[in-house]
Amino acid sequence: MHFAVIVFPGSNCDHDAFHVFRHILDAPVDFVWHRDTDLKKYDGILIPGGFSYGDYLRTGAIARFSPVMESVIKEAKAGKPVFGICNGFQILIESGLLSGALIVNKDVRFLSQNVTLEVESTDSIYTQSLKKGDKLTMPIAHKQGNFIADEDTLKMLQDEDRIAFRYSKSKKGNPNGSIDRIAGVLNKERNVLGMMPHPERASESILGSEDGMQIFKSMMGVP
Amino acid sequence: MKAKIYISYKEGILDPQGKTVNHALDAIGIKKINSVRMGKYIEMDFNGITKDQASEITDESCRKLLANPNTETYTFEIVEK
Repeated sequence: MHFAVIVFPGSNCDHDAFHVFRHILDAPVDFVWHRDTDLKKYDGILIPGGFSYGDYLRTGAIARFSPVMESVIKEAKAGKPVFGICNGFQILIESGLLSGALIVNKDVRFLSQNVTLEVESTDSIYTQSLKKGDKLTMPIAHKQGNFIADEDTLKMLQDEDRIAFRYSKSKKGNPNGSIDRIAGVLNKERNVLGMMPHPERASESILGSEDGMQIFKSMMGVP
Repeated sequence: MKAKIYISYKEGILDPQGKTVNHALDAIGIKKINSVRMGKYIEMDFNGITKDQASEITDESCRKLLANPNTETYTFEIVEK
């Protein structure tokens, strides 16, 4: 699978994601600048974390109108995997590819710490190799990661098994205050995933956890 | 001509910033405030268009970019400078 890592002004996890594909998975990957619009040759698209456009107005709100996003939406609708991490998740929400909203953390602080995730849905390429209830440790690093959804949207996400990951049930397990402990959600067609935690920053033992690789390996069909 | 745009969280959406500011006001002895909600104030400047056109442009800007319809509502007024 040939992945594109989209680069916006202010992206800062683009190299981490690129490193996972190129050097750990030994898979073809390119950076694609946000002004480019041709994504036809790629089999999947990753929207990395960072602070696109300085988080001006709302996180992801300006990046959503970058020229590349029209192509991202087109490829997502055609069924290609589109994976948004952290700011990438915020951009996918703003673009309407994913439901819900991400508002400021409940304690109004930037949180940079490890969290434990529980795998909820295994019905997606991102989680097909995992088991429901598997625990994954990886970092979060955000101020606007508090997932909210109105009652109907939340029920739809639950009923359609579209919650990919939850924060753990432990006392401080859900530090940003997300509703129903939601850490990552899928679109209806299950080819678009957005998550606040950073699997690309938990991809080698030297980083403290390799758990994030389970998601990348699942996505790439690597055992 | 100028548009004055006010954007705020929808009712029912938690506003952790507003809540924290309310706590701070309480801490410095300013009481009897039920709740504080924080939002954004945006000004846009126009030249050589009618009030109706300004209103239309402002509304489109709010719908497409300035406010997130999932979480926010907006109001605006068009004023002569």
